[in-house]
Amino acid sequence: MPDDFQPKILAFFCNWCTYTAADLAGVSRMKYEATTRVVRVMCSGRIDPQFVLAAFAKGADGVLIGGCHPGDCHYIEGNYKTLRRFHLLQRMLGDFGIEPERVRLEWISASEGDRVKTVINEMTEQIRALGPLRLPERMGEWDRELEWAQVPTIEENPDANAPAFQDSEKPIPEVVR
Amino acid sequence: MSKPKIGFYWCASCGGCEESLVDIAEAILDVAELVDFAIWPVAMDFKRADVEKLADGEIVATMINGAVRTSEQEEMARLLRQKSQVIIAYGSCAYEGGIPALSNLFPREQIMRYVYHDAPSVQNPEGIEPQTEFHEEGRVATLPEFRSVVRALDQVVDVDYYMPGCAPNPELVLSAVKTLLSGELPPKGSVLAPDVAQCDGCPRRDTKPADLKIDKFRRTPWNKIDPEVCILAQGFACLGPATRSGCGERCIRGNMPCTGCFGPLGNVRDHGAKMLAALTSLLDAKEEEEIEEALEGIPDPAGTFYRYGMAHSMLRRKAGLPEVSGTGRQVPRTDALPPTIAPVPTGVK
Repeated sequence: MPDDFQPKILAFFCNWCTYTAADLAGVSRMKYEATTRVVRVMCSGRIDPQFVLAAFAKGADGVLIGGCHPGDCHYIEGNYKTLRRFHLLQRMLGDFGIEPERVRLEWISASEGDRVKTVINEMTEQIRALGPLRLPERMGEWDRELEWAQVPTIEENPDANAPAFQDSEKPIPEVVR
Repeated sequence: MSKPKIGFYWCASCGGCEESLVDIAEAILDVAELVDFAIWPVAMDFKRADVEKLADGEIVATMINGAVRTSEQEEMARLLRQKSQVIIAYGSCAYEGGIPALSNLFPREQIMRYVYHDAPSVQNPEGIEPQTEFHEEGRVATLPEFRSVVRALDQVVDVDYYMPGCAPNPELVLSAVKTLLSGELPPKGSVLAPDVAQCDGCPRRDTKPADLKIDKFRRTPWNKIDPEVCILAQGFACLGPATRSGCGERCIRGNMPCTGCFGPLGNVRDHGAKMLAALTSLLDAKEEEEIEEALEGIPDPAGTFYRYGMAHSMLRRKAGLPEVSGTGRQVPRTDALPPTIAPVPTGVK
């Protein structure tokens, strides 16, 4: 992995708390990693899991969701809905091979500008350690197999004796049972 | 004047879709009066060569069921595309990947190893695996290649219409056949089922509380379902709220929750994500631990929410699986590999 890997993190911040906190971090001239692109939403409850999947499918390395602290939601309980979705979404992303660190939910109130800074820096470091996700490139690679009209013979294929991939993390019998 | 030709072909499918065509019962005789079958491998003796002889576009419509997993299925889909004016992705597998696409969570090598070596019912002492080519005494035998990714039909060829369902129900099939024969075709890309959610026509609709809350998710094998009350309100993961209608709510009438075979509604891009959002929002729990506990009833979210739609999902496949594919690479014999899957002890459930 190149040392200069700059992760792309898509951040969804709620209008009432986290976005205002990010604003505060800005006017307070706090310095933090320039890895996030922020999308302002009216409430973290507005964040459809489709947004998160779309972000990954289009090349994000991480997704950060910011909302109001429990009990502080401008719309009473939008953030609780987010929390419930988030738990299952994170688990489901694991099934798709996307590490839990790549998606993060944080409650950050309007006064916590320094928290925005800490969270973004932390998440950037974690994702840097994981490396790029590069889903669009991967999907392109998956579809290369469609380009073959005819199956080439073994002689033409130098990879014929390459060792097989061994996936021991999830043995099939357990799943079948 | 000769009758219009139609085709019916299968790729990676279970055969249920073939059944569903016969399920239109006597009406199939009327249909057979009106059309000639150009290819229907399960019922008629037409070969690939017969299709190759046809002029391009000579078949009026071909319905293809099953997902696309092998190179042969790709070739046949392309051939039929060339020879047909209209291609209909018939059934959940052709439409969205279906059950076969669940294997997109596993690498091809692991599937091969399990199916030909490690499955408890397999006896294969010589460790034989299918090869794309086999040479003996100057002769060559070939087999299609097993691709790394399972695809929906429209990820391989251009598709005009989609018929959802696992399998599509007779009423829907009949109305689609009638529409096709009438010549008044819907816009390209249409899904041939109503664009409303299951709940809209659900026989238990009136028992769904206005403010539906679920304390925890329950699983069907271990819990009784009350046959009168909204299944979702009882805490079972019924995917009706985010699934297209048109099936006649047959599962609900059979006292089982909807599993989502009719796919998403027209304005939804990712069926699984939408279902996940719809269901989890209904939970009552507010604390993280409570939420985790309530979600224990959905142990396999990817398999639950993408049961029929993995190929069409935004993520399509598990990331991080080996990307070598479609190169004709031979799957190595397992005797050259250390065993990665422990043999299943007998007596395990």
